[in-house]
Amino acid sequence: MSAAVETTDLGRNFGPRTALSGVTLSICAGEMFGLLGPNGSGKTTLFRILSTLLAPGAGTARVGGCDVVGEAMAVRHQIGVVFQSPALDPQLTVEENLRWAGNLYGLRGGDLAVRARAAAEALGISDRWADPVQTLSGGLQRRVEIAKCLLPRPRVLLLDEPSTGLDPAAREGLRVTLERVRREAEVTVVITTHLLEEAERCDRVAILHRGRLVACGTPAELRGRSGTDVAVVSGREPEALAARVREIFGWPLLVRGERLRVEVPAGGEAAGRLVSTLGAAADTVTVGRPTLEDVFLDLTGEHLCGGEER
Amino acid sequence: MSGKRGLFFLPTLALWQREMTRFVRQRNRIIGALATPLVFWLLIGSGLGESFRGAEVEGGFMRYFFPGTVVLILLFTAIFSTVSVIEDRRDGFLQGVLVAPVSRASIVSGKCLGGMTLAAAQAALFCLAAPWAGLPLDGAVVMRLLVVLLLGGFALTALGFVIAWPLESTQGFHVMMNLVLIPLWLLSGAFFPARAGTWTEWAAALNPLAYITAGVRRAFYGDGADLGLVPSFGAAMAVTLLFAAVMFVFALRVVRRGGPESR
Repeated sequence: MSAAVETTDLGRNFGPRTALSGVTLSICAGEMFGLLGPNGSGKTTLFRILSTLLAPGAGTARVGGCDVVGEAMAVRHQIGVVFQSPALDPQLTVEENLRWAGNLYGLRGGDLAVRARAAAEALGISDRWADPVQTLSGGLQRRVEIAKCLLPRPRVLLLDEPSTGLDPAAREGLRVTLERVRREAEVTVVITTHLLEEAERCDRVAILHRGRLVACGTPAELRGRSGTDVAVVSGREPEALAARVREIFGWPLLVRGERLRVEVPAGGEAAGRLVSTLGAAADTVTVGRPTLEDVFLDLTGEHLCGGEER
Repeated sequence: MSGKRGLFFLPTLALWQREMTRFVRQRNRIIGALATPLVFWLLIGSGLGESFRGAEVEGGFMRYFFPGTVVLILLFTAIFSTVSVIEDRRDGFLQGVLVAPVSRASIVSGKCLGGMTLAAAQAALFCLAAPWAGLPLDGAVVMRLLVVLLLGGFALTALGFVIAWPLESTQGFHVMMNLVLIPLWLLSGAFFPARAGTWTEWAAALNPLAYITAGVRRAFYGDGADLGLVPSFGAAMAVTLLFAAVMFVFALRVVRRGGPESR
C-alpha cells in the first residue's frame, strides 16, 4: 500500500527545548493511525507539522507525496484538520459554517450545497442546520467540524485529541463516526490521543515519549512484543513480596504504593506458580494481557497519564 | 484537480462576508464603535469648546473636532475588527483557514476589506450628522469622504492586523491601543491643530494618522480653505495609500511567518 503520510528523521526544537526528534513514520492509505503519548510527548508538534502550521526544524514530512514545507498548498488540498478547540465560528449557524468552509476550498453553488447537505446528513447534524454553532453541545460541534473537514473530500483527516471535552457517550459516537467516515469516504485518519481506549481502536499506533518515537505497530503487536502477561499483586508488605519474586523467579517488576506489577511469562502456567508461591502473603493477584498502558510503562518507565496505577 | 497554488477570490469573499455577518450579530460592537466617539464628540466638543478660541478653530470646537471624531470611529471599528484575530488564530475559526489551500494574501485581504467596509460604513453614518456641526454635505464632499474613509479604513485594519497577529492575548492589544494608537490619534490634528515651528508640526508630519485626519478635514473644507499646516487632499491620500500598502505587506509577512507558538 502507498504511504499517505511519511516522515523521515523529523525534528523540531522550541528554543532550547526539543519537542520532536528523529521521528520516522509511514502511515498507509486508508489506515486509522493513532499518535499516542502524554502531554509534552511531541504528538501535537507532529500534528502541527503535518497540518502545515509549523515548519519542521530537521528532517522531512510528506502528506500524499507532497512536502509539507515546499508544497504546503498541495498538502492543504489533501488534508482535513480537526483541532482540539473548534475551528468554527460560534456565532454562525451550522449551514453558514459549512458553506464558508467550503468556499475556502473553492467550492460553491449547487455542488457545495449538495456536499454540505450530504455531510450534515452523514454526521447526523442536519436537524441543527439553522442553529448557531454556539447552541450545540461539544459532541455536536465536533461533528460539525468533521463534516466541515470532509466537504473538500480530503485524502487524510488529521484530528488533534478529538475526544477532549466530550462525555463518554459522545466519545463513543465520535468513534463510530470516524470509523464510518474512514470506510465510506476512504480517507486515512490520523489522530493524536493520550487515551488508551482511543488508541486501542486504531489499526496502528505510534507511541511518542519526550519527542521520540519509542514504538509503532498494531495494538496487538505492541501488547505482544514482550511476550509477557502482567500480574498486579497487592499486599501489605510490597517490598517483601518484591524481594521474594526477585529471588525465586527473577521476573522484572515495579513497586507502586501497595502494589507490585510483575511481568510474568505469557500463558497461565507461570501466573499459577506466582500465586501458589506468594500464598497468603498477597491479598490479591490479577493477571492479564498487557494493555497499551503497560507497554508504555515498559518502554518509558513512566505512566501515560501521569496518574495512579490502576 | 485543483492547482498547487492557494485560492484567492472565493476565500477572500467568504472571509469578508463572515466579517459582515459577525458584526451584524454582535450589537454591542455597533454601539461601542459608534456611540463611544459620538459621546466623545458631544462631551469633549461642547466641554472644551469654551477654552478653544483661535483662528484655527473658527466655527467652534464642535466643528473643529468633527473630522477627528470621524477618524476615531474609523480607528475604533477598524482596530476592534482585528482583535478577534488573536483568539481566532490560536483556537478558533482562523486555524481552519490557515490549513485550507487559501493564499495568505487572501486571509489578509478578507480581513482588511471586511474591517474597511465596517469602519467606512460606520464613519459614513456619523458623517450624516455633519451639517449640524456646520459642515455641509454636497456631492464633492461625499465623494472625497468615501475615498478617505475606504482608504483610511483599509490602512487602519491592516495596522491592527499587524499588531494583533503576533500577540498571545487581548490584554497586549489594549496596551498597544492606549499607548500607541490613542496618542497617535491625539497628535493627528484631530484634537488640536499642529503649529508651525513647534514639535507638533513634526509629530503630525511623521504620523500616518495625521494624513487620514487631514483627508477627512479636507474632504469637508475643500483644498481652497486655509487650514494652516493641513496638507492638501491629494497629498494626504497619497500618503495614506502608501501607508495602507506598507501595512498590507507587513500583514502578509506576519501571516507567512506564523504566530508566537511557531517560534
